[in-house]
Amino acid sequence: MPTMILKRLLMAIPSLIGVVVVTFLLTRALPGDPAAYFAGPAATPQAIQEIRVKLGLDKPLVVQFGHYVVDLAHGNLGTSLTTGQPVATELRSRLPASAELTLLGLIVSIIIAVPLGILAATKPNSLLDHACRVISTAGVSLPVFFTGLILVYVFYYQLGWAPAPLGRLDVFYTEPPHVTGFYLIDSLIARDPETFMAALKQLILPALTLGIFSLAPIARMTRASMLSVLSSDFVRTARASGLSVYTVIITYAFRNAMLPVITTLGMVFSFLLGANVLVEKVFAWPGIGSYAVEALLASDFAPVQGFVLTMAVMYVMLNLGIDVLYGLIDPRVRLEA
Amino acid sequence: MITANNNKAPALAVEGLCVEFRTRSGLVRALDNVSFNVAKGETVALVGESGSGKSVTAYAVMGILDPAGRVTAGRAMLGGLDLLSAKPSQLAEVRGRDIAMIFQNPRTALNPIRPVGKQIADVLIRHGNVPRREAPAQAVEMLRAVGITDPARRAKAYPFEMSGGMCQRVMIAIALAAKPSLLIADEPTTGLDVTTQAVIMDLINDLAAKMGMATIFITHDLALAGQRAARIVVMHAGHVVENAPTGEMFAYPRHPYTAELIAATPDSAASLDELASIPGTLPDLRRSDLPPCRYSERCPRKTDACAQPLPLAAPGATHIVACWNPLPAPELGAPILIASTESAA
Amino acid sequence: MTDIAVSPQRESSLAALTKHARYALSENPVTGFAFALFVLIVLAAVFGPHMVPYDPLASDTSQALKPPSTHHWFGTDQLGRDVFSRVVVATRLDFFIAVASVALVFLMGGLAGVAAGFFGGWTDRIVGRIADTIMAFPLFVLAMGIVAALGNTVQNIILATAIVNFPLYARIARAEANIRREAGFVEAARLSGNSDWRILSFQILPNVFPILVVQMSLTMGYAILNAAGLSFIGLGVRPPTPEWGIMVAEGAAFMVSGEWWNATFPGAALMIAVFCFNLLGDGLRDLVDPRRRT
Repeated sequence: MPTMILKRLLMAIPSLIGVVVVTFLLTRALPGDPAAYFAGPAATPQAIQEIRVKLGLDKPLVVQFGHYVVDLAHGNLGTSLTTGQPVATELRSRLPASAELTLLGLIVSIIIAVPLGILAATKPNSLLDHACRVISTAGVSLPVFFTGLILVYVFYYQLGWAPAPLGRLDVFYTEPPHVTGFYLIDSLIARDPETFMAALKQLILPALTLGIFSLAPIARMTRASMLSVLSSDFVRTARASGLSVYTVIITYAFRNAMLPVITTLGMVFSFLLGANVLVEKVFAWPGIGSYAVEALLASDFAPVQGFVLTMAVMYVMLNLGIDVLYGLIDPRVRLEA
Repeated sequence: MITANNNKAPALAVEGLCVEFRTRSGLVRALDNVSFNVAKGETVALVGESGSGKSVTAYAVMGILDPAGRVTAGRAMLGGLDLLSAKPSQLAEVRGRDIAMIFQNPRTALNPIRPVGKQIADVLIRHGNVPRREAPAQAVEMLRAVGITDPARRAKAYPFEMSGGMCQRVMIAIALAAKPSLLIADEPTTGLDVTTQAVIMDLINDLAAKMGMATIFITHDLALAGQRAARIVVMHAGHVVENAPTGEMFAYPRHPYTAELIAATPDSAASLDELASIPGTLPDLRRSDLPPCRYSERCPRKTDACAQPLPLAAPGATHIVACWNPLPAPELGAPILIASTESAA
Repeated sequence: MTDIAVSPQRESSLAALTKHARYALSENPVTGFAFALFVLIVLAAVFGPHMVPYDPLASDTSQALKPPSTHHWFGTDQLGRDVFSRVVVATRLDFFIAVASVALVFLMGGLAGVAAGFFGGWTDRIVGRIADTIMAFPLFVLAMGIVAALGNTVQNIILATAIVNFPLYARIARAEANIRREAGFVEAARLSGNSDWRILSFQILPNVFPILVVQMSLTMGYAILNAAGLSFIGLGVRPPTPEWGIMVAEGAAFMVSGEWWNATFPGAALMIAVFCFNLLGDGLRDLVDPRRRT
């Protein structure tokens, strides 16, 4: 197992190098002149040029890249021009907000999608199966920001059940003492059920939005995988041995069927990390997605660079985690090293 | 479970079994009026070419047909229960406990991500009236009984860590864990090397004898059937064409197809030149104009009588032939010529 | 020298295809419905702009934010423009974005993948590296970056969508090309003197097309969602161009205060189109896959 992890890490390195290079190139290609922005509207061309030299923007691209890599090695992601804060600090403080939202969305998605997929597979081509397919396809056909807007309209504006989409906590509450940065966990640690409920209420709609969005690939893959496993030889043996329905479908079929679903989770994460950005905009969520979008529109390239890099690294790590999880369930991967 | 019972009643009585498959290219009439009995403790071989319907028969009896398949008529009486019209809950009780099956390709027939000991224990817990705590130990005993060395360690192994022969032994252990009264073995030795084949077949025969268990042994290898079975049922294109004790069948086969099958079976004496092949091919079972005798179109002994529906078997007959023009039976009292294959014990 | 592009198996396979299509449709009526919807969308894209009651760009602030009525079936937006006309006219742009993205990624990814599978070696490795680098990014984030860097024009949106889908097409095409590399008709073409590129373009790529067509239908849906998402964060089409995504973005602010028609109708149009492409893709998969496996 440890060798497997090491191998995967090594394989990830070329990808990470590619990511760093591409990120650097993309953000250097951003329109606008950071030096001019930094200098302010009243600056003279000379002042701008001085600032450009100070920022190192006059050096050839290769040298700039070199500096960039050195900075990265020290954990320095640069400074935001719009806020003046170090990017690394801001990312770190905003990351839990995005992570909490994404994880909750994924959990919601799995809770709905997996049973749906299993049910559809046990009755193929039935009305239930077609209904499942239609529901999950509809979920992925809706633009995620549209789903969010509809949910806000129905549940906030019309029904008044949900709070206003104004961020992680209502104005009247203060955030719980920082332990993980996840309000749900921190409020429980601080034994503050009121804050917990308040945080949860704000989380429901955006998490549901993300959940609806990622339903389809998970449900579809669960269904397909279950269908394939249910017609496999070993399930036939299990049935021929008279094992109970639960044992056949869950212990024998489902555990095997989960394997491709876990692999799909990688792809789902990719969608989720992208959808995060949109959902954060709809619900005014103070996460890294909204941070990046604001910076992008202001041509503030350090945050954008940091954001893209962080997302890519997180994605690589998540995929590694998925591989490890897969290895835990499937002994063939573990033992055939 | 094997219980003291009326020894005259058969372990399994299949009557008039008809099975159809709905496929992309039409309706396949896979089985037509298949009937045969298996007596308690008897070893019966179900023999035929690929596509003759022998596996379909077994799957229909076990109730594990492909979803595209349907039983359209017939009964399969196991004790007092008709397996073909039983409720799913009844079937789940009976499968594994009274009737069990082992399959070709043992490695894919086992759960790849579950240790083999647990797979045996699952059956023990379900049917064997074994408390959960004792099941793992009993599973190890089952592994020992099927001849696996170091069973305690092997119980924790996964199928991919075992050879084909070992996987087949595990499958036998799973099937026999609850001591069923009937075992169906679907080509259990295909895919294994010759030495392992013999060993596995010995194992099955020994365990069956020890447990008083009846066996249906499905194979395309007539010689193997001749060595291992007391009675042979020959199938062709979804029909039972002949059903006789092994010695009789080889001594004087009555159905033209059986005779051709025997002639096509290699044995130590015959050379390759003398190996006959059976003329013609299986008829297309999707046709709606299939003749009542599905062998008639390739049969050298075909007569006008063969356009009629096949003759019914006389009740209580031990040698059944589904043919209007069978090969002649020897007169009573005439010496019986034994063919070059050995008869079964 | 006869052109071997249409292999003998293809002629008879047209009849087989129709028969199989009928079987597949009987198993899944939803596909037939999706196909009908698809035709409707194409018609709206082609003829829509000529048939709408109002000029999609004509603003009339006195009529701003009116709810749906008999005059304005979908109501008016904040500048008094007729939402119905804008939604229908936007069909052409969104459909164009979808088709263009898919055509571009088929050519780029399909050719690259097929070349990688056919030639192996360095071609394979380079294509693989490019695909891996792209796949290391969450795809929407990468699309954001590309459009931000190159400027938000329709061409760049199409390019970004194509780049982001490149790895998937390359991988599928490569797998199929690998299988066919040693196939009989390829050997025959080689022996009759066809150059490698001719073989790739006329023998292998057309055979890879049916497998990719399933993915292409799904990508059409993705392309529209991508463009809409980019518009929503301000990186998409520029106003006043009617495009479903940007209409939702502009209408979003009004949703919270109750003027739902601004964002809902273009959003619904988006959903119907993407839904249709997804269902079509599923149906095509049923049609294509089992046949391939025999």
